[in-house]
Amino acid sequence: MAEVKLFGNWASPFSCRVEVALKLKGVEYEFINEDVQNYKSPLLLKYNPVHKKVPVLVHNGKPISESLVILEYIDETWETGPSLLPKDPYERALVRFWTKFFDEKCLPALWNGCWSVGEEQEKAKEESTELLKILEGTLSDKKFFGGDTIGMVDIVANFISYWLIILQELVGFQVYTKEKFPKLGEWMDDYLNCNIIKENLPPKEKLTAIFRARFEAAAVTK
Amino acid sequence: MAPEKELVQLIGFWGSPYVLSVRWALKLKGIEYEYHEENLLKKSPLLLQYNPVYKKVPVLLHNGKPLVESLMIIQYIDETWKQNPLQPQDPYERAKTLFWAKFAHEKCIAPMVSSFFKIGEEQEKCVKEACEHLRTLESALEEGKRFFGGETIGFVDIAAAWMGCWARIIEEILSVKLIDEEKMPRLIAWFSNVVEVPALKECMPPTQNLLEHNIKFRKFLVAAAERLQSVPLTGN
Repeated sequence: MAEVKLFGNWASPFSCRVEVALKLKGVEYEFINEDVQNYKSPLLLKYNPVHKKVPVLVHNGKPISESLVILEYIDETWETGPSLLPKDPYERALVRFWTKFFDEKCLPALWNGCWSVGEEQEKAKEESTELLKILEGTLSDKKFFGGDTIGMVDIVANFISYWLIILQELVGFQVYTKEKFPKLGEWMDDYLNCNIIKENLPPKEKLTAIFRARFEAAAVTK
Repeated sequence: MAPEKELVQLIGFWGSPYVLSVRWALKLKGIEYEYHEENLLKKSPLLLQYNPVYKKVPVLLHNGKPLVESLMIIQYIDETWKQNPLQPQDPYERAKTLFWAKFAHEKCIAPMVSSFFKIGEEQEKCVKEACEHLRTLESALEEGKRFFGGETIGFVDIAAAWMGCWARIIEEILSVKLIDEEKMPRLIAWFSNVVEVPALKECMPPTQNLLEHNIKFRKFLVAAAERLQSVPLTGN
Protein backbone atom coordinates (compact mmCIF):
# COMPACT_ATOMS: atom_id res chain seq x y z
CA MET A 1 0.00 0.00 0.00
CA ALA A 2 1.42 3.40 -1.02
CA GLU A 3 2.34 5.67 1.85
CA VAL A 4 1.16 8.79 0.06
CA LYS A 5 -1.95 8.92 -2.09
CA LEU A 6 -3.40 11.90 -3.86
CA PHE A 7 -7.03 11.90 -4.91
CA GLY A 8 -7.18 14.53 -7.59
CA ASN A 9 -8.33 15.41 -11.05
CA TRP A 10 -5.96 15.81 -14.01
CA ALA A 11 -7.69 19.03 -15.11
CA SER A 12 -7.98 20.72 -11.73
CA PRO A 13 -5.61 23.58 -10.85
CA PHE A 14 -6.13 22.78 -7.15
CA SER A 15 -5.07 19.19 -7.69
CA CYS A 16 -2.14 20.38 -9.80
CA ARG A 17 -0.91 22.57 -6.92
CA VAL A 18 -0.56 19.57 -4.68
CA GLU A 19 1.19 17.48 -7.35
CA VAL A 20 3.71 20.26 -7.91
CA ALA A 21 4.35 20.53 -4.18
CA LEU A 22 4.88 16.78 -3.79
CA LYS A 23 7.21 16.70 -6.80
CA LEU A 24 9.20 19.69 -5.53
CA LYS A 25 9.70 17.80 -2.29
CA GLY A 26 10.62 14.60 -4.10
CA VAL A 27 7.76 12.69 -2.49
CA GLU A 28 6.58 9.55 -4.25
CA TYR A 29 2.85 9.23 -4.39
CA GLU A 30 0.03 7.34 -6.03
CA PHE A 31 -2.32 9.53 -8.03
CA ILE A 32 -5.96 8.51 -8.17
CA ASN A 33 -7.96 10.47 -10.73
CA GLU A 34 -11.46 11.30 -9.60
CA ASP A 35 -14.02 12.35 -12.19
CA VAL A 36 -15.73 14.58 -9.64
CA GLN A 37 -18.06 16.23 -12.13
CA ASN A 38 -19.76 12.94 -12.84
CA TYR A 39 -19.08 10.59 -9.96
CA LYS A 40 -17.67 10.72 -6.46
CA SER A 41 -16.05 7.45 -5.50
CA PRO A 42 -16.73 5.80 -2.13
CA LEU A 43 -13.08 6.36 -1.20
CA LEU A 44 -13.31 10.09 -1.93
CA LEU A 45 -16.48 10.35 0.15
CA LYS A 46 -14.74 8.44 2.93
CA TYR A 47 -11.66 10.65 2.93
CA ASN A 48 -13.44 13.96 2.36
CA PRO A 49 -16.94 13.59 3.76
CA VAL A 50 -17.20 17.30 4.55
CA HIS A 51 -16.46 18.86 1.15
CA LYS A 52 -16.59 15.78 -1.14
CA LYS A 53 -13.97 17.39 -3.38
CA VAL A 54 -10.47 16.92 -4.68
CA PRO A 55 -7.64 17.25 -3.92
CA VAL A 56 -7.36 15.00 -0.89
CA LEU A 57 -3.95 13.89 0.32
CA VAL A 58 -3.87 10.64 2.26
CA HIS A 59 -0.65 10.12 4.20
CA ASN A 60 -0.33 6.78 5.96
CA GLY A 61 -4.10 6.43 5.82
CA LYS A 62 -4.76 9.87 7.28
CA PRO A 63 -6.63 12.28 4.98
CA ILE A 64 -6.14 16.01 4.56
CA SER A 65 -8.32 18.13 2.31
CA GLU A 66 -8.37 21.75 1.10
CA SER A 67 -5.36 22.56 -1.07
CA LEU A 68 -4.01 25.41 1.09
CA VAL A 69 -4.09 23.17 4.17
CA ILE A 70 -2.47 20.34 2.21
CA LEU A 71 0.35 22.59 0.96
CA GLU A 72 1.22 23.70 4.49
CA TYR A 73 1.11 20.10 5.66
CA ILE A 74 3.45 18.99 2.87
CA ASP A 75 5.88 21.77 3.71
CA GLU A 76 5.94 20.84 7.39
CA THR A 77 6.14 17.09 6.89
CA TRP A 78 8.83 16.71 4.23
CA GLU A 79 12.02 18.64 4.74
CA THR A 80 13.57 17.57 1.43
CA GLY A 81 13.49 20.01 -1.44
CA PRO A 82 12.75 23.73 -1.31
CA SER A 83 10.54 25.29 1.37
CA LEU A 84 7.09 26.25 0.15
CA LEU A 85 6.68 28.76 2.96
CA PRO A 86 9.38 30.95 4.52
CA LYS A 87 10.59 30.20 8.05
CA ASP A 88 10.02 33.71 9.40
CA PRO A 89 6.53 34.04 10.96
CA TYR A 90 5.88 37.45 9.39
CA GLU A 91 6.89 36.27 5.93
CA ARG A 92 4.67 33.21 6.44
CA ALA A 93 1.77 35.46 7.36
CA LEU A 94 2.28 37.40 4.12
CA VAL A 95 2.27 34.18 2.10
CA ARG A 96 -0.96 33.07 3.80
CA PHE A 97 -2.48 36.47 3.10
CA TRP A 98 -1.73 36.35 -0.61
CA THR A 99 -2.80 32.75 -1.07
CA LYS A 100 -6.10 33.48 0.67
CA PHE A 101 -6.51 36.67 -1.37
CA PHE A 102 -5.96 34.69 -4.56
CA ASP A 103 -8.38 31.89 -3.67
CA GLU A 104 -11.13 34.03 -2.16
CA LYS A 105 -11.01 37.03 -4.45
CA CYS A 106 -9.03 36.58 -7.68
CA LEU A 107 -9.97 33.08 -8.65
CA PRO A 108 -13.76 33.40 -8.18
CA ALA A 109 -13.84 36.74 -10.02
CA LEU A 110 -11.82 35.40 -12.95
CA TRP A 111 -13.78 32.14 -13.07
CA ASN A 112 -17.16 33.92 -12.89
CA GLY A 113 -16.02 36.30 -15.58
CA CYS A 114 -15.28 33.44 -17.94
CA TRP A 115 -18.67 31.80 -17.41
CA SER A 116 -20.99 34.78 -17.22
CA VAL A 117 -22.40 37.01 -19.92
CA GLY A 118 -23.62 40.57 -20.38
CA GLU A 119 -23.68 42.87 -17.38
CA GLU A 120 -22.53 40.18 -14.98
CA GLN A 121 -19.47 39.55 -17.10
CA GLU A 122 -18.71 43.26 -17.35
CA LYS A 123 -18.84 43.53 -13.58
CA ALA A 124 -16.60 40.48 -13.18
CA LYS A 125 -14.20 41.96 -15.72
CA GLU A 126 -13.90 45.20 -13.75
CA GLU A 127 -13.42 43.36 -10.49
CA SER A 128 -10.85 40.98 -11.98
CA THR A 129 -8.88 43.86 -13.48
CA GLU A 130 -8.62 45.56 -10.10
CA LEU A 131 -7.56 42.32 -8.44
CA LEU A 132 -4.93 41.55 -11.07
CA LYS A 133 -3.54 45.07 -10.58
CA ILE A 134 -3.05 44.27 -6.90
CA LEU A 135 -1.25 41.03 -7.80
CA GLU A 136 0.89 42.86 -10.34
CA GLY A 137 1.81 45.32 -7.61
CA THR A 138 2.97 42.64 -5.18
CA LEU A 139 5.39 41.21 -7.72
CA SER A 140 7.21 44.59 -7.90
CA ASP A 141 10.75 43.65 -8.96
CA LYS A 142 10.66 40.01 -7.91
CA LYS A 143 10.97 37.17 -10.37
CA PHE A 144 8.45 35.04 -8.47
CA PHE A 145 5.98 35.83 -5.71
CA GLY A 146 8.29 33.74 -3.55
CA GLY A 147 11.38 35.78 -4.52
CA ASP A 148 14.14 34.17 -6.56
CA THR A 149 12.53 30.75 -6.44
CA ILE A 150 8.92 29.62 -6.58
CA GLY A 151 6.99 29.34 -3.35
CA MET A 152 3.47 28.67 -2.19
CA VAL A 153 1.98 31.85 -3.66
CA ASP A 154 3.35 31.00 -7.12
CA ILE A 155 1.97 27.47 -6.90
CA VAL A 156 -1.43 28.72 -5.75
CA ALA A 157 -1.57 31.38 -8.49
CA ASN A 158 -1.10 28.64 -11.10
CA PHE A 159 -4.61 29.22 -12.45
CA ILE A 160 -3.76 32.52 -14.09
CA SER A 161 -0.60 31.21 -15.73
CA TYR A 162 -2.33 28.47 -17.69
CA TRP A 163 -6.03 27.77 -17.14
CA LEU A 164 -7.02 31.42 -17.49
CA ILE A 165 -5.09 31.81 -20.73
CA ILE A 166 -6.84 28.79 -22.23
CA LEU A 167 -10.25 30.03 -21.04
CA GLN A 168 -9.61 33.51 -22.42
CA GLU A 169 -8.85 32.02 -25.82
CA LEU A 170 -12.14 30.12 -25.77
CA VAL A 171 -14.36 32.89 -24.44
CA GLY A 172 -14.36 36.59 -25.18
CA PHE A 173 -13.17 37.40 -21.70
CA GLN A 174 -9.96 39.34 -22.13
CA VAL A 175 -8.96 40.50 -18.69
CA TYR A 176 -5.30 39.61 -18.67
CA THR A 177 -3.06 40.87 -21.46
CA LYS A 178 0.71 41.13 -21.34
CA GLU A 179 0.44 44.82 -22.25
CA LYS A 180 -1.82 45.62 -19.30
CA PHE A 181 0.06 43.40 -16.83
CA PRO A 182 3.71 43.16 -17.94
CA LYS A 183 5.04 41.88 -14.62
CA LEU A 184 2.43 39.13 -14.44
CA GLY A 185 3.34 38.29 -18.03
CA GLU A 186 7.00 37.90 -17.14
CA TRP A 187 6.07 35.91 -14.07
CA MET A 188 3.98 33.53 -16.18
CA ASP A 189 6.85 32.96 -18.60
CA ASP A 190 9.32 32.29 -15.80
CA TYR A 191 6.83 30.13 -13.89
CA LEU A 192 5.89 27.98 -16.87
CA ASN A 193 9.56 27.65 -17.72
CA CYS A 194 10.31 25.82 -14.48
CA ASN A 195 10.75 22.14 -15.29
CA ILE A 196 8.58 20.90 -12.45
CA ILE A 197 5.77 23.20 -13.55
CA LYS A 198 5.83 22.58 -17.27
CA GLU A 199 6.11 18.82 -16.81
CA ASN A 200 2.99 18.75 -14.65
CA LEU A 201 0.49 20.78 -16.61
CA PRO A 202 -2.61 19.12 -18.01
CA PRO A 203 -2.37 18.70 -21.82
CA LYS A 204 -3.60 21.88 -23.51
CA GLU A 205 -5.76 20.20 -26.17
CA LYS A 206 -7.45 17.93 -23.66
CA LEU A 207 -8.12 20.82 -21.27
CA THR A 208 -9.42 23.04 -24.08
CA ALA A 209 -11.75 20.26 -25.20
CA ILE A 210 -13.15 19.85 -21.68
CA PHE A 211 -13.76 23.57 -21.30
CA ARG A 212 -15.29 23.82 -24.76
CA ALA A 213 -17.68 20.97 -23.97
CA ARG A 214 -18.72 22.68 -20.74
CA PHE A 215 -19.29 26.00 -22.48
CA GLU A 216 -21.41 24.39 -25.13
CA ALA A 217 -23.44 22.54 -22.52
CA ALA A 218 -23.91 25.76 -20.54
CA ALA A 219 -24.96 27.69 -23.68
CA VAL A 220 -27.61 25.07 -24.42
CA THR A 221 -29.17 25.36 -20.97
CA LYS A 222 -29.37 29.18 -21.09
CA MET B 1 14.10 34.81 20.87
CA ALA B 2 11.81 37.85 21.03
CA PRO B 3 13.58 41.20 21.58
CA GLU B 4 13.13 42.88 24.96
CA LYS B 5 11.14 45.85 23.68
CA GLU B 6 8.17 44.63 21.66
CA LEU B 7 5.51 46.97 20.41
CA VAL B 8 2.23 45.22 19.79
CA GLN B 9 -0.76 47.26 18.69
CA LEU B 10 -4.25 46.14 17.77
CA ILE B 11 -6.59 48.21 15.61
CA GLY B 12 -10.10 47.00 16.29
CA PHE B 13 -13.76 47.65 16.83
CA TRP B 14 -15.38 46.75 20.17
CA GLY B 15 -18.28 44.92 18.51
CA SER B 16 -16.24 42.77 16.11
CA PRO B 17 -15.98 39.07 16.92
CA TYR B 18 -12.90 38.79 14.71
CA VAL B 19 -11.17 41.41 16.82
CA LEU B 20 -12.34 39.52 19.90
CA SER B 21 -10.68 36.30 18.72
CA VAL B 22 -7.37 38.14 18.29
CA ARG B 23 -7.73 39.67 21.76
CA TRP B 24 -8.34 36.17 23.10
CA ALA B 25 -5.11 34.94 21.48
CA LEU B 26 -3.12 37.86 22.88
CA LYS B 27 -4.64 37.33 26.32
CA LEU B 28 -3.90 33.60 26.40
CA LYS B 29 -0.30 34.30 25.43
CA GLY B 30 0.04 37.05 28.04
CA ILE B 31 1.06 39.61 25.41
CA GLU B 32 0.76 43.27 26.30
CA TYR B 33 -0.57 45.49 23.59
CA GLU B 34 -1.98 48.92 22.80
CA TYR B 35 -5.52 48.98 21.57
CA HIS B 36 -6.86 51.51 19.04
CA GLU B 37 -10.62 51.69 18.62
CA GLU B 38 -11.64 52.27 15.02
CA ASN B 39 -14.78 54.12 13.88
CA LEU B 40 -15.97 51.84 11.09
CA LEU B 41 -18.24 54.51 9.66
CA LYS B 42 -15.25 56.77 9.17
CA LYS B 43 -12.19 54.58 8.67
CA SER B 44 -8.95 56.13 9.80
CA PRO B 45 -6.01 56.79 7.45
CA LEU B 46 -4.07 54.38 9.69
CA LEU B 47 -6.45 51.50 8.95
CA LEU B 48 -6.47 52.24 5.24
CA GLN B 49 -2.68 52.41 5.23
CA TYR B 50 -2.19 49.12 7.06
CA ASN B 51 -4.97 47.15 5.38
CA PRO B 52 -5.33 48.67 1.92
CA VAL B 53 -6.68 45.47 0.36
CA TYR B 54 -9.58 44.70 2.70
CA LYS B 55 -9.82 47.95 4.76
CA LYS B 56 -11.07 45.97 7.75
CA VAL B 57 -10.34 45.26 11.39
CA PRO B 58 -8.60 43.53 13.09
CA VAL B 59 -5.15 44.73 12.15
CA LEU B 60 -2.27 43.68 14.37
CA LEU B 61 0.91 45.73 14.27
CA HIS B 62 4.02 44.01 15.56
CA ASN B 63 6.89 46.46 15.77
CA GLY B 64 5.13 48.47 13.08
CA LYS B 65 4.58 45.54 10.69
CA PRO B 66 0.90 44.97 9.87
CA LEU B 67 -0.95 41.67 9.89
CA VAL B 68 -4.56 41.26 8.81
CA GLU B 69 -7.28 38.57 8.70
CA SER B 70 -8.03 37.12 12.13
CA LEU B 71 -7.08 33.48 11.44
CA MET B 72 -3.74 34.54 10.03
CA ILE B 73 -3.11 36.90 12.89
CA ILE B 74 -3.77 34.11 15.39
CA GLN B 75 -1.43 31.77 13.50
CA TYR B 76 1.23 34.49 13.51
CA ILE B 77 0.80 35.10 17.24
CA ASP B 78 1.13 31.36 17.88
CA GLU B 79 4.27 31.05 15.76
CA THR B 80 5.94 34.15 17.20
CA TRP B 81 5.21 33.72 20.90
CA LYS B 82 5.86 30.11 21.88
CA GLN B 83 4.29 30.05 25.36
CA ASN B 84 0.83 28.42 25.75
CA PRO B 85 0.75 26.95 22.25
CA LEU B 86 -2.61 27.26 20.51
CA GLN B 87 -1.91 24.81 17.70
CA PRO B 88 -0.73 21.21 18.06
CA GLN B 89 2.91 20.35 17.37
CA ASP B 90 2.14 17.39 15.13
CA PRO B 91 1.71 18.47 11.47
CA TYR B 92 -1.32 16.25 10.91
CA GLU B 93 -3.12 17.48 14.01
CA ARG B 94 -2.21 21.03 13.04
CA ALA B 95 -3.63 20.48 9.55
CA LYS B 96 -6.87 19.25 11.16
CA THR B 97 -7.21 22.36 13.34
CA LEU B 98 -6.52 24.62 10.36
CA PHE B 99 -9.11 22.71 8.32
CA TRP B 100 -11.81 23.07 11.00
CA ALA B 101 -11.04 26.72 11.75
CA LYS B 102 -11.39 27.51 8.04
CA PHE B 103 -14.56 25.40 7.84
CA ALA B 104 -16.07 27.22 10.80
CA HIS B 105 -15.24 30.61 9.25
CA GLU B 106 -16.13 29.89 5.63
CA LYS B 107 -19.10 27.57 6.03
CA CYS B 108 -20.74 28.44 9.34
CA ILE B 109 -19.86 32.02 10.21
CA ALA B 110 -19.88 33.47 6.70
CA PRO B 111 -23.48 32.47 5.84
CA MET B 112 -24.59 33.44 9.36
CA VAL B 113 -23.15 36.90 8.88
CA SER B 114 -24.50 37.09 5.31
CA SER B 115 -28.02 36.38 6.55
CA PHE B 116 -27.80 39.55 8.62
CA PHE B 117 -27.26 41.58 5.46
CA LYS B 118 -30.14 40.00 3.55
CA ILE B 119 -33.90 39.73 3.54
CA GLY B 120 -36.57 37.29 2.39
CA GLU B 121 -35.57 34.25 0.36
CA GLU B 122 -31.91 35.14 0.22
CA GLN B 123 -31.81 35.40 3.98
CA GLU B 124 -33.55 32.03 4.34
CA LYS B 125 -30.99 30.47 2.03
CA CYS B 126 -28.10 31.77 4.16
CA VAL B 127 -29.73 30.57 7.36
CA LYS B 128 -30.34 27.11 5.89
CA GLU B 129 -26.74 26.92 4.70
CA ALA B 130 -25.40 27.97 8.11
CA CYS B 131 -27.55 25.37 9.90
CA GLU B 132 -26.42 22.60 7.61
CA HIS B 133 -22.78 23.37 8.23
CA LEU B 134 -23.29 23.87 11.95
CA ARG B 135 -24.56 20.28 12.06
CA THR B 136 -21.31 19.20 10.38
CA LEU B 137 -19.31 21.15 12.95
CA GLU B 138 -21.36 19.47 15.68
CA SER B 139 -20.23 16.10 14.38
CA ALA B 140 -16.60 17.21 14.46
CA LEU B 141 -16.79 17.90 18.18
CA GLU B 142 -15.96 14.92 20.32
CA GLU B 143 -18.36 13.85 23.06
CA GLY B 144 -17.15 14.71 26.52
CA LYS B 145 -14.28 16.96 25.43
CA ARG B 146 -14.27 20.40 26.94
CA PHE B 147 -12.67 22.15 23.99
CA PHE B 148 -12.34 21.40 20.29
CA GLY B 149 -8.98 19.64 20.60
CA GLY B 150 -9.39 18.19 24.07
CA GLU B 151 -8.88 19.57 27.53
CA THR B 152 -6.71 22.54 26.61
CA ILE B 153 -7.99 25.59 24.79
CA GLY B 154 -6.65 25.96 21.28
CA PHE B 155 -6.79 27.48 17.84
CA VAL B 156 -10.27 26.39 16.75
CA ASP B 157 -11.79 27.44 20.08
CA ILE B 158 -10.55 31.00 19.92
CA ALA B 159 -11.02 31.25 16.16
CA ALA B 160 -14.66 30.26 16.22
CA ALA B 161 -16.40 29.53 19.53
CA TRP B 162 -17.56 33.15 19.79
CA MET B 163 -20.09 32.35 17.06
CA GLY B 164 -22.52 31.01 19.67
CA CYS B 165 -23.03 34.48 21.12
CA TRP B 166 -23.36 36.18 17.74
CA ALA B 167 -25.71 33.45 16.49
CA ARG B 168 -28.07 34.18 19.38
CA ILE B 169 -28.04 37.88 18.58
CA ILE B 170 -28.80 37.21 14.91
CA GLU B 171 -31.59 34.81 15.92
CA GLU B 172 -33.19 37.44 18.10
CA ILE B 173 -32.97 40.30 15.63
CA LEU B 174 -33.97 38.36 12.50
CA SER B 175 -36.38 35.95 14.22
CA VAL B 176 -34.61 32.96 12.70
CA LYS B 177 -33.29 29.73 14.18
CA LEU B 178 -29.63 28.91 13.82
CA ILE B 179 -28.72 26.88 16.89
CA ASP B 180 -30.92 23.81 17.35
CA GLU B 181 -30.89 22.71 21.01
CA GLU B 182 -31.83 19.15 20.11
CA LYS B 183 -29.47 18.66 17.19
CA MET B 184 -26.48 20.70 18.43
CA PRO B 185 -25.89 19.84 22.10
CA ARG B 186 -22.10 19.53 21.70
CA LEU B 187 -21.85 22.88 19.93
CA ILE B 188 -23.86 24.57 22.68
CA ALA B 189 -21.66 23.02 25.37
CA TRP B 190 -18.52 23.98 23.45
CA PHE B 191 -19.60 27.61 23.02
CA SER B 192 -20.22 27.85 26.73
CA ASN B 193 -17.01 26.06 27.76
CA VAL B 194 -14.92 28.49 25.76
CA VAL B 195 -16.57 31.80 26.65
CA GLU B 196 -16.69 30.85 30.33
CA VAL B 197 -12.88 30.61 30.53
CA PRO B 198 -12.18 33.59 32.86
CA ALA B 199 -9.45 35.14 30.69
CA LEU B 200 -11.73 35.02 27.68
CA LYS B 201 -14.88 36.09 29.49
CA GLU B 202 -13.06 39.28 30.58
CA CYS B 203 -12.65 40.32 26.93
CA MET B 204 -16.26 39.73 25.90
CA PRO B 205 -18.25 42.87 25.18
CA PRO B 206 -21.53 42.94 27.16
CA THR B 207 -24.24 41.02 25.27
CA GLN B 208 -26.74 43.82 25.82
CA ASN B 209 -24.41 46.32 24.13
CA LEU B 210 -23.87 43.93 21.23
CA LEU B 211 -27.61 43.44 20.87
CA GLU B 212 -28.36 47.16 20.89
CA HIS B 213 -25.59 47.91 18.44
CA ASN B 214 -26.69 45.20 16.03
CA ILE B 215 -30.37 46.18 16.24
CA LYS B 216 -29.33 49.67 15.10
CA PHE B 217 -27.05 48.21 12.44
CA ARG B 218 -29.83 45.99 11.09
CA LYS B 219 -32.21 48.99 10.88
CA PHE B 220 -29.53 50.86 8.95
CA LEU B 221 -29.07 47.93 6.53
CA VAL B 222 -32.79 47.52 5.96
CA ALA B 223 -33.23 51.26 5.35
CA ALA B 224 -30.36 51.24 2.86
CA ALA B 225 -31.87 48.24 1.04
CA GLU B 226 -35.28 49.96 0.96
CA ARG B 227 -33.75 53.08 -0.58
CA LEU B 228 -32.15 50.93 -3.26
CA GLN B 229 -35.36 49.09 -3.99
CA SER B 230 -37.69 52.08 -3.40
CA VAL B 231 -40.20 49.78 -1.74
CA PRO B 232 -40.69 49.11 1.95
CA LEU B 233 -39.42 45.73 3.09
CA THR B 234 -41.58 43.37 5.07
CA GLY B 235 -40.26 41.11 7.79
CA ASN B 236 -37.18 41.61 9.91
